[in-house]
Amino acid sequence: MAKRTLFGAVATLLVIAAAYANFFVAPTERTMGLIQRIFYFHAATAWAGEMVFFVCFVANLLYIWKRREQYDWLSVTCAEVGLACISIVLITGPIWAHPVWGIWWTWDARLTSTFVLWLLYVSYLLLRTLIEEPSRRALLSALFGVFAFLDVPLVFFSIRWWRTQHPAPVIMGGSGSGLDPTMSKVFFFNVFVMHLFVAFLIVERYILEKLRHDVDVLQREAEAQ
Amino acid sequence: MKNLESVFAAYIMGWGIFFVFFLSIVKRTSALRSEIERLKNSLPRQ
Repeated sequence: MAKRTLFGAVATLLVIAAAYANFFVAPTERTMGLIQRIFYFHAATAWAGEMVFFVCFVANLLYIWKRREQYDWLSVTCAEVGLACISIVLITGPIWAHPVWGIWWTWDARLTSTFVLWLLYVSYLLLRTLIEEPSRRALLSALFGVFAFLDVPLVFFSIRWWRTQHPAPVIMGGSGSGLDPTMSKVFFFNVFVMHLFVAFLIVERYILEKLRHDVDVLQREAEAQ
Repeated sequence: MKNLESVFAAYIMGWGIFFVFFLSIVKRTSALRSEIERLKNSLPRQ
């Protein structure tokens, strides 16, 4: 418990430090101005969300292979945390887009594939509420989770494969892309902090899933008597 | 300071989602701990 509290405190302090860096360390972007500061939070959350969905995908594969309930707990944990991240991306993106593009939303490749990703993981969580029997629920949701993850590479590569409304990548975007060195440092600090923060959320949410299992075991014991 | 409100709105809404999600975890965990205590007390001691 003390270790988890410390982990949470460190993550929170780093979040505050990252917010300070976003507003007071990173230089103001020349064409977009102040609104570009959303980038550090928006893109770092998107990267963390995609990483969490990757962990979810691995946990799903491991469940299909080993049939250990711990992998099922991890996959539902990551699906929820990843969904929180993608919800933030879908809200902060239009707030950034409106003053820059003049529109809140357009059905371009990146935005549509991200929205589909959100729908897929909402469906994953809904699917779990529809199946009573634990092992059947775990297997079917693991199979669906593997399918849902197929959209993650599509989201990642959509701005590389198709030139639609969303800007081309500024990081790992090939020749002609790149960030100012200070912006780059601030961005990667945000990426680190966001990964640490979602790791904290994963730990807390995983414990919740384990407790849910403990309740099920105790309920079965109580019913057997 | 053009678009300052939009920048704050994005950060507040974003961190608001994380905060509400974390609160929901704390609330659900607390409810499950109470349920475990109740079930343990309802079972005869071995």
